Amino acid sequence: MSLTVELWQMLVVFFSAIFTGNILLTTFLGMCPFLAVSRQVKASVGLGFAVVFVMTCTSLLNWLAYRYVLVPLELEFFRFILFIIIIATFVQFVEMVLERYSPVLYQNLGIFLPLITVNCAILGASLFTVIREYTFLVTVGYGFGSGAGWMLAIVAMAGIRQKMAVERVPAGLQGPGITLIIAGLMALGFIGFTGVLQGG
Amino acid sequence: MSAVAEREPASPRPRPRKRESALRKTMKEGLWDNNPIFRQVLGICSALAVTNLVLNTAVMCLALTWTTALSCLTVSLLRDWTPHRIRMMVQTLIIAFYVILVDLALKAYWPEMSRSLGPYVGLIITNCIIMGRCEAFARSNSPGMSFLDGLFSGLGYSFVLLMVAVLRELLGMGSILGVPVPYFSTAWDKWIIMVMPPGAFFTLACLIWIFRSIRSGEEEKSA
Repeated sequence: MSLTVELWQMLVVFFSAIFTGNILLTTFLGMCPFLAVSRQVKASVGLGFAVVFVMTCTSLLNWLAYRYVLVPLELEFFRFILFIIIIATFVQFVEMVLERYSPVLYQNLGIFLPLITVNCAILGASLFTVIREYTFLVTVGYGFGSGAGWMLAIVAMAGIRQKMAVERVPAGLQGPGITLIIAGLMALGFIGFTGVLQGG
Repeated sequence: MSAVAEREPASPRPRPRKRESALRKTMKEGLWDNNPIFRQVLGICSALAVTNLVLNTAVMCLALTWTTALSCLTVSLLRDWTPHRIRMMVQTLIIAFYVILVDLALKAYWPEMSRSLGPYVGLIITNCIIMGRCEAFARSNSPGMSFLDGLFSGLGYSFVLLMVAVLRELLGMGSILGVPVPYFSTAWDKWIIMVMPPGAFFTLACLIWIFRSIRSGEEEKSA
């Protein structure tokens, strides 16, 4: 595959990961923090940035580990454990670096980092790149796009929920119930993007 | 069992009866009172995606219940030998072990199912329910009770997911387990939206609404 074709494919995958195949609204990954942290816009922006960063880096690391360690050793079934360990180690490492060199950033993002280890969207993105057999550059686009798409969804949801705080919601529907319904409406909106991008 | 007995003051009651009540309590907790989905809204990540077909959901639920029950059992068996600081890592590895077994078994004996579930079998590892049960219950209770607790949490999760799946497949495609249902496959105007992602959100939201309304009624009655 020539470089231009690959770059083009990377762009397509990037945009389709944000809009037509949003990791949260079409594959339902990362629902737990989505429901729990989407009350305040500020917190969700922080978590969103942390996810974008960790997802981009870990999907690359996992891609490399899979391609150059597991496939040659024929240990593909071992990928769940390896991916989880890489993600956990990476998050721990980032936390330590931030704490040492950028206390301000650490205060803003630090509390979200441990949450990310158990975010299924991170592991899910890595598994998708392996299952769909993306190349290296396409993986970059996919990891970054998925993170950005997740962030877009959670920030939009937080905005809506802040407005919702003053509305009267039926008792049984408060909290997760109404959030799921809003997510459903958002997913409905995102279906509108289908067909804009081909081949994603 | 021993932990339960320790917490309650010693009573002259014969053992078997007490065991039965503990069992029933665990059962009710997992299936209804503390249902992982309705009550705690946990672990729906890897679940909603497969609920557009009843068959896929059933396989997924089976895999999840098996993993939860056996992980809780193993965590409980190893609880005295696990250093406190690294327990999360140990728990994750235990869970991953059982998930890999499921994944390999599906790949070997049911490749089509393995393909259509895609990454979701692997994502059982990061399902918060399992970790939550290990952390909240199995870490401090006897193996037998932990196994039951995990089993019933898994079953409580499964029955909600199966309800979502039955509704979605019936309303969206007019069939259940691929078998056409008389009225729904002919006269019924199929709701395509139900098999698409938004349908999952709406169905689950409505079920949670119904459950919480019933619960608040129950609580008022008992209060």
